[in-house]
Amino acid sequence: MAQTPLIDVTDLRKYFPIRKGLLRRTVGNVHAVDGVTFSINAGETLGLVGESGCGKSTVGRVVLRLIEPTSGDIKVTGRSIVNLGRDEMRPLRRQMQIVFQDPFSSLNPRMRAGDIVGEPLKVHGVGDPKDREARVAALFARVGLRAAQMRSFPHQFSGGQRQRVSIARALALDPGFIVADEPVSALDVSIQAQVINLLMDLQREMNLSYLFISHNLAVVEHISHRVAVMYLGRIVEYADKKTLFASPQHPYTEALLAAVPLPDPTLKRTKHRVDGDVPSPIKPPPGCHFHPRCRYAEARCKVEAPVLKTIAPGHEVACHLR
Amino acid sequence: MSTTVSTDGPITPSAMSDLWYMIRRYPLGVAGAIIMSLFVLAAIFADYLAPLDPFSTNARASLARPNDVYLMGADMMGRDVFSRLIHGARISLAVALGATLIGSGVGAAVGLACGYIGGWFDLIVQRVTEVMQALPLLVMALVITASLGPSLRNTIIAIAIPLIPTVARVIRSNVLSLREMPYVEAAKATGMSEFRIAVIHVMPNTLAPLIVLATAQLGSTILTEASLSFLGLGVPEPYPSWGRMLSESAAEYVRTAPWLVIFPGLVISLVVFGSNLLGDALRDALDPRQRG
Repeated sequence: MAQTPLIDVTDLRKYFPIRKGLLRRTVGNVHAVDGVTFSINAGETLGLVGESGCGKSTVGRVVLRLIEPTSGDIKVTGRSIVNLGRDEMRPLRRQMQIVFQDPFSSLNPRMRAGDIVGEPLKVHGVGDPKDREARVAALFARVGLRAAQMRSFPHQFSGGQRQRVSIARALALDPGFIVADEPVSALDVSIQAQVINLLMDLQREMNLSYLFISHNLAVVEHISHRVAVMYLGRIVEYADKKTLFASPQHPYTEALLAAVPLPDPTLKRTKHRVDGDVPSPIKPPPGCHFHPRCRYAEARCKVEAPVLKTIAPGHEVACHLR
Repeated sequence: MSTTVSTDGPITPSAMSDLWYMIRRYPLGVAGAIIMSLFVLAAIFADYLAPLDPFSTNARASLARPNDVYLMGADMMGRDVFSRLIHGARISLAVALGATLIGSGVGAAVGLACGYIGGWFDLIVQRVTEVMQALPLLVMALVITASLGPSLRNTIIAIAIPLIPTVARVIRSNVLSLREMPYVEAAKATGMSEFRIAVIHVMPNTLAPLIVLATAQLGSTILTEASLSFLGLGVPEPYPSWGRMLSESAAEYVRTAPWLVIFPGLVISLVVFGSNLLGDALRDALDPRQRG
């Protein structure tokens, strides 16, 4: 890769300390993100998939420094941002925005939609009030809302419309990168498609990059260029979309793909069921995090943690057996 | 969202139709507002409204039954109960509004600070409020007035301080949940300062519990003032306060001159009732979600 990636994350870790007792001593850590490395180029979508609780949302928030990383590095267009102070971070915040999962709690119920979308402009002192209003109106039009709806309150919108408001807010500062944290998981299937298509249109027009976090493989397959599969704080497989869906190499990816419901009742599927639950991220299993549930696990998997290794150009897998 | 949701956004109605809308939407709230404004007017224009001098005594009218001169009867010293109630509105409303505003205001500020700053600050303030809550409101008010001396100002302070911990705790827990809301995170992602987030996104959303608490406490402040006055630590004689009019006569005259108990009691109940009605309506009216 000759070009500098827009977002370059190296060995990112986030441990949440568990404190107990009067003195609030740290008695353990939740290993939410445990050494994650990826990069996203301009105009590209990286899909981040995994079960709930695997740390994918934490990754999204840490990349934007809404949560401080425990260790690791985040570079935006080649510049490390992990040690920047508040004021140094501010101009960078214009380039990186987020869209949340829950369309109900992601908009302040007491603010009008127009003010919500215009707020980032206000924070960064863009234009005068009249100018801002015109920009907000243009953003509303861009995400498929009517300018008259600027005066409405969030509760007057449907779920899909609220998500459009959220997207408009994220676009207000003309960012290059948006973390989309399960942006369609709370919507009806028919509305999901509309919002996904909107996101893809915007990407084409504005050369946006997305970190698209989801547990829905069908959606990820549709929108992503590359996909990273996360399991218990680690990326276990990282490949471009076609490769990943055509020939998954990690046993976990294999099982995930096998679990996707197919819209054809006559098709018989080979069942690679994964038994049991995700182990606790407080005490992740030694070695490969997946070994207690892996049907191929060997003695080595219980001791030694596999690292991501390239098995084909652009296809990385963290498994001893590949 | 059962009725038709206007997607065009509310068209700014004229002031008149706005008022009419409020009356139709919150009839009880309007009733509460009328009750409260009557008392406020009585307090302001007491000098013109009271038919008799509230301080002048008349030995012959001692414990007079309600008649055409003494509309609500007279007390032991022959002072007109009706006039005293009108003048008492000044003191009682000053104490109730003053104490509630100070108590809720300071409490909300403390709660917001605790929820926002957290850490050691929060830990220490929380322990202090727990100690304060362990003491009954009246006992604490007693100690404060006893040390400050009885006067209107000190009564207000004495009643306001014990209100602070309750309000602070409610607001703090509210703030703790609000600051985890995604819209607060979204504001952080735009680079908004913590202070602005607290003022724009967190504070307005604590309004609903604050109004409910404040209006509920308005009633109890009047009663606390009554108890303090009864113990000689509230507003000093001869100034008429509803609380003292009620509590002094309740002990002695409930059988012989019940009008000394009934009328102050009625007035206090009416104000408490009115403030609760107004508070409930206010909470709804200030919430855009309730406006359809």
